[in-house]
Amino acid sequence: MPNTNTYKVPFLVLLLLLILCFFANISLGSVSVPFKSIFESLIGTADNYIIQNYRLPKAFTAILVGSGLGISGLLMQTLFRNPLAGPFVLGISSGASLGVALIILGAGIFGGLFSTLLISKWSIVIAASLGSFLVLLAVLIVSSRVRDTMAILIIGLMFGSITAAIVSVLSYFSSAEQLQQYIFWGFGSLGNLSWNELGIFFIIYSFGIVMSIISIKGLNTLLLGENYAKSLGLNIKKSRLIIIIATSLLAGTITAFAGPIAFIGLAIPHITRQVFNTSNHKVLLPAVFLIGAIVMLVCDSIAQLPTSDYTLPINAITSLIGAPVVIWLLVRKRKMIF
Amino acid sequence: MKEKNQHIILQTKNLSIGYQSNKAETIVASNINLELKEGQLIGLVGANGIGKSTLLRTLTQVQPKLSGAIYLNNKPLKTYSNIELAQTMSLVLTEQIVSKNLSVFELIALGRQPYTNWVGNLSENDISTVNKAISQTNIESLKNKKCFELSDGQLQKVMITRALAQDTDLIVLDEPTTHLDMYHKVYILKLLQKLAKETGKTILFSSHEIDLAIQLCDSMIVMSKDNIVSDSPCHLIEKGAFSNLFPKDMIVFDEKIGSFRVKK
Repeated sequence: MPNTNTYKVPFLVLLLLLILCFFANISLGSVSVPFKSIFESLIGTADNYIIQNYRLPKAFTAILVGSGLGISGLLMQTLFRNPLAGPFVLGISSGASLGVALIILGAGIFGGLFSTLLISKWSIVIAASLGSFLVLLAVLIVSSRVRDTMAILIIGLMFGSITAAIVSVLSYFSSAEQLQQYIFWGFGSLGNLSWNELGIFFIIYSFGIVMSIISIKGLNTLLLGENYAKSLGLNIKKSRLIIIIATSLLAGTITAFAGPIAFIGLAIPHITRQVFNTSNHKVLLPAVFLIGAIVMLVCDSIAQLPTSDYTLPINAITSLIGAPVVIWLLVRKRKMIF
Repeated sequence: MKEKNQHIILQTKNLSIGYQSNKAETIVASNINLELKEGQLIGLVGANGIGKSTLLRTLTQVQPKLSGAIYLNNKPLKTYSNIELAQTMSLVLTEQIVSKNLSVFELIALGRQPYTNWVGNLSENDISTVNKAISQTNIESLKNKKCFELSDGQLQKVMITRALAQDTDLIVLDEPTTHLDMYHKVYILKLLQKLAKETGKTILFSSHEIDLAIQLCDSMIVMSKDNIVSDSPCHLIEKGAFSNLFPKDMIVFDEKIGSFRVKK
């Protein structure tokens, strides 16, 4: 039933959980900050450097990354009619990686003036966005010719292999320093953003979210398949383009600012469908937003290894959580909701 | 037979159908002149590979025509916008729907998409149209089930209900009786007959159930290698339109009982 009231309780629970995880995330870390001083620095009665310039932007980044990747995964899974689709599988992250590799590693090869000009934060962001957009466009062109969705997935994986190959060729010619920089980018990181960068991130992210919201009706129609969608008056080409641009804006900027974060895009939509037991995107989209943000905050809190001085790469944690989820989904495939 | 001046929903003039590639034109059938009238149940029959699907795909604008003209409600088909077409013609296809996790009500409600706002919210009018369609096809008991829980016959009824909820003058069904047992074949076709009569909609379907179509249709389109004829079943039998459908050394049409027999 399209009755959205039935979902009020789970939404409320998720919202409370999100707020809880948000504060827990800010509170936990190498230095534990009590909730009281978080409140004080949030309302401005006390200054806390760690919270205002490190923990708070990191928590917001986690929310944007988790929700954005989850939503782009949802869009891809519906568009490609494939439960295994996601930004990572379809090579969008690979495209972003290639863009970044060309900038960081390629700079050494082109040398001189380029290297100082190229390796700014912004050039990395632009290269990652451009790379992911190009790969997604290539996947789209291929998908309009190949009707078999499995073929599209394999083509996405092939793009991943090509990327890996180019990156290893580039790294062969790069200095150890550049290589390290690239590898650190590949670990993923939520904590490197200043408030200014977070602002730009949020603006592009918002465009992606707005385009996803516009696509809700089209996504629901696509649940019947493209021919039925067309017979219901949906302009397939236009909807497809909007969905793809939304995905590349979301996945592209997230990868650009936070590195290639694995598995979130694939796993979150599945977890959400299991929890809400629906395919209606009017419910799924906000639910994926909440669950994605929560999972990312939790992953980040774990990665901080509370009370220790170490920080694990965020990518390792998301994979540690994401991979078992994917395995679990495949094992109980018979009841998989899609 | 009362043959009053009924409104013509769909009309073709010298229509040629087939496939256009870069170099060559493959004509599947040509010189097709059809008139589908309001409130009629029309069966499209012919042997495998004769071009039934191509004809349906051309009439529903899934693929372009080669030449000739198609008029929907006296207006050229190609001048229809996506939404206008969706409000005039609905389809029931042979392909499976992608997500079977939709509930039956949700699936049928998707038929209201050409009328809903940008986010697809159902108005009271939409909900009452959906409920009316559900009662017209007698599937109230399935309303809250998920599509993966349904049998083939039930799912076909649901897909017909969805087309009905789309509230169009013309409903086109591509082989709605495949994969169904004898009882459900008859049930579905009788349902279509009832719906055409009660709702005044024109229903066009392709089928291999020629015997059943002869008994239930107001009009039939018979496709054979040489020509395409369209008339009421009685007239078609008189004209001997069915006897050329299949190779005569295998199957013969018995005009007395209006049915096919295997030649011994």
